[in-house]
Amino acid sequence: MARSTRTLLVGLAVVGAGILLAALRVNPYVYFAGYVILQYVVIATAWNILGGYAGYVNFGTPAFFALGAYTAVFLIQSTRAPLPVLILAGGLVSGLLGLGIGYLTLRLRGVFFSIATLALSIVLQTMIINWEYVGGSRGLSVIRPSGPPFGSYVTFLFAVMVLLSVVAVTVARFIERSWVGRGLAALRDNEEAAECMGVPTLRLKLFATTVSGVLLGVAGAPFPYYVTFVEPTSAFNLDYAVNALAMPMIGGTTSWVGPVIGAVLLGTAQQLATVTISSEMNLFIVGVVLVAFVVLAPEGIVGLVRRVRGR
Amino acid sequence: MHDVDAGYGAVRVLHHVSIEVREGETVALLGTNGNGKSTLIKCIMGIVRPEAGEIFLETDGTRVDLTKRPTEEIVGLGIAMVPEGRRLFPKLTVQENLLLGAYRPQARGDIARNLAFCFEAFPVLRARRKQLAGSMSGGEQQMLAVARALMSSPRILLVDEPSVGLAPILVNRVIGKIKELKERHHLTVLMAEQNFNQATKIADRGYIIVHGKIEFEGHSTQELREHELVKKYYLGV
Repeated sequence: MARSTRTLLVGLAVVGAGILLAALRVNPYVYFAGYVILQYVVIATAWNILGGYAGYVNFGTPAFFALGAYTAVFLIQSTRAPLPVLILAGGLVSGLLGLGIGYLTLRLRGVFFSIATLALSIVLQTMIINWEYVGGSRGLSVIRPSGPPFGSYVTFLFAVMVLLSVVAVTVARFIERSWVGRGLAALRDNEEAAECMGVPTLRLKLFATTVSGVLLGVAGAPFPYYVTFVEPTSAFNLDYAVNALAMPMIGGTTSWVGPVIGAVLLGTAQQLATVTISSEMNLFIVGVVLVAFVVLAPEGIVGLVRRVRGR
Repeated sequence: MHDVDAGYGAVRVLHHVSIEVREGETVALLGTNGNGKSTLIKCIMGIVRPEAGEIFLETDGTRVDLTKRPTEEIVGLGIAMVPEGRRLFPKLTVQENLLLGAYRPQARGDIARNLAFCFEAFPVLRARRKQLAGSMSGGEQQMLAVARALMSSPRILLVDEPSVGLAPILVNRVIGKIKELKERHHLTVLMAEQNFNQATKIADRGYIIVHGKIEFEGHSTQELREHELVKKYYLGV
């Protein structure tokens, strides 16, 4: 009880700090870049619930993210629904896609599962390209609602992303420490043995794919208001697939801290590189860092710290 | 278990198999490789679905059909399995492996007691509890597999080839432990084994399975020992 209140307090403090930072109105670019980094905290955390805890490597992150974004676009076009509704709807739709992907795990494991998710992303992108109502291949301009609750709209979105990050990380942390997390670790290590032990593997996998899908959709839902122009190539960008995988691997996949560290570190490096060198450097940085970690610290920064501390 | 047929796809492994294990017994299921011992155990656990036949669990006058239940419910009924080849979680620690044995919701309340018991029964596991399970020796891993099954507070223990891949002295020790644990916990044990001499040391009676058929039911280890199939397969007579 005391522990969960403390978690709640820490979460609230982070959200409060985020709003305070949003109210400070420093250089607008800080919010702009900060939003992207926080978005990656959510994405990396969501990916890690399935990829890190359960060991199912999802290459279809762009599909879930873009589905959240396009659900929002659809609702903006049709009803001009408020942001909280967009976020909930984006999460719901991507969550359903996640549930569907969960049933794939019955037949596909390992690299075959990864290939299927990659294909999913391409199929979904083709569908969006051919759907004129949400902009088709040309894309669609989205007009932000006037008068955000505080600050400019970007600072407001920044604060929203702080909140979403806290929610995502709290969910991941809760899963990790519960019987669900233990069960997922078991099926990651040896799915057959997990079954013999009475771990309800299918139910756990469905849970993981759904929660992961919900959070990825939630991360994508505010995207239209952030960029104000949504088109398939940017919403389904391969960057999301690569970063979603690289960030937890660099941070460490077995703990909730890992994806957060990875997202902040890599996200910040990418933002700095975009400004100082060129935007093309982004994936190059990810590639180099990922290779370095796979070779030198396969268990990520968290694993590295544990090893140094342990001995 | 009555008149069970089972197999994988087009391959039929078990043909009209009927066996019975009564409360408190230790029953050996004897047979050489590829005769269906593991398939039989997997059928009981719901991992392989029988094509025909019935598998019942009778406790306190209630009769539960196991053939239609998922594995987690079968574990929930108090049946635990020590799988063939151990099937540990090699990248998790010994302690994490043991905790996973207690995944059954009814067993989660008894974790502290069961864990203390396992450490007492297998002191080596206490010493190695922070170590990755995959880094232990074969004998230690088998001990862990048995301990992990006990973590679910089972009433019935299904042991699949505990002797496989172990040095004879370790087989002795593992078999001895199973007997000791059985007596202390009032367990019912069904043990599939090809090592006839070891199995008959602790079994009350047994079945001999050949090509997926029960060929002989021995009501005592004496009867088993004297049967011609045993002589044929194990003594080379």
